[in-house]
Amino acid sequence: MYRNPFTSDLLAELERLQRQAQRFTGPATSIRGYDRLGFPALNVGGTPDSVEVYAFAPGLDPKTIDVTVERGVLSISGERAATLPQAGAPGGGATVHINERFQGRFQRAISLSDDADPARVSASYTNGVLHISVKRRESSQPRRIEVH
Amino acid sequence: MNITKTNPGADTARADTPAMLPPVDVVEDTTRIVLYADLPGVPKDKLNLRVEADTLTIEAEVSLPMNTQMEASHAEVQVPRFQRSFTLGQELDRAHISAELKNGVLTLTIPKAEHAKPRRIEVVAA
Repeated sequence: MYRNPFTSDLLAELERLQRQAQRFTGPATSIRGYDRLGFPALNVGGTPDSVEVYAFAPGLDPKTIDVTVERGVLSISGERAATLPQAGAPGGGATVHINERFQGRFQRAISLSDDADPARVSASYTNGVLHISVKRRESSQPRRIEVH
Repeated sequence: MNITKTNPGADTARADTPAMLPPVDVVEDTTRIVLYADLPGVPKDKLNLRVEADTLTIEAEVSLPMNTQMEASHAEVQVPRFQRSFTLGQELDRAHISAELKNGVLTLTIPKAEHAKPRRIEVVAA
């Protein structure tokens, strides 16, 4: 547990402690109920020539997902429509028993390292996972220099 | 994907493997209950739906196309498995559960048994 002794923001400290406490809710990692800050969940990794981002965003129309790169920041945004009947809608009699799934507008941003080339980004959406691949710039690849 | 009905107590060995709880929405109307579950990254062949006695279990594995050279730097999804169970009431017709998996969202429709559907009774002036 890392505690920053110089913090002046008590609210941020409390939030950090709560997040840490939530991690220890049992042997199973729980991902129930994406909250506003956490949809979609992101996994980011790197290969020698690319940066790979996986956004877990089921139930979207891929044409409506906005993926942009600006000043080194990759931004993923969109809106997930509600699948539930709204309160007071006609054709009534439907009762909502559980409502945990995220709905509404979302936006998440990732800063890309300097060697990521914004001109070489590809994105695909399969089984509810948005996979974004950003190739690294050619000039930044490690090159071996011959010694004669 | 397959929906299998097994004997109670069979195949509980996997219950101990860590898994994520998928978030769900459940809506009920006069003829059925519909359950929506978020299962991102799950292809049809990795989804397992089971009905054992009164319990419906959703089990699924995340399968992503990944470059083997990839090193994760930030992983919010660390366990590539989903599992969640629900108890079903007697009024539900578990023999006619239908399921659809599209874009990582599972839609389960569980109809109510005929005898449980509300029926309007005509009142005749006597």
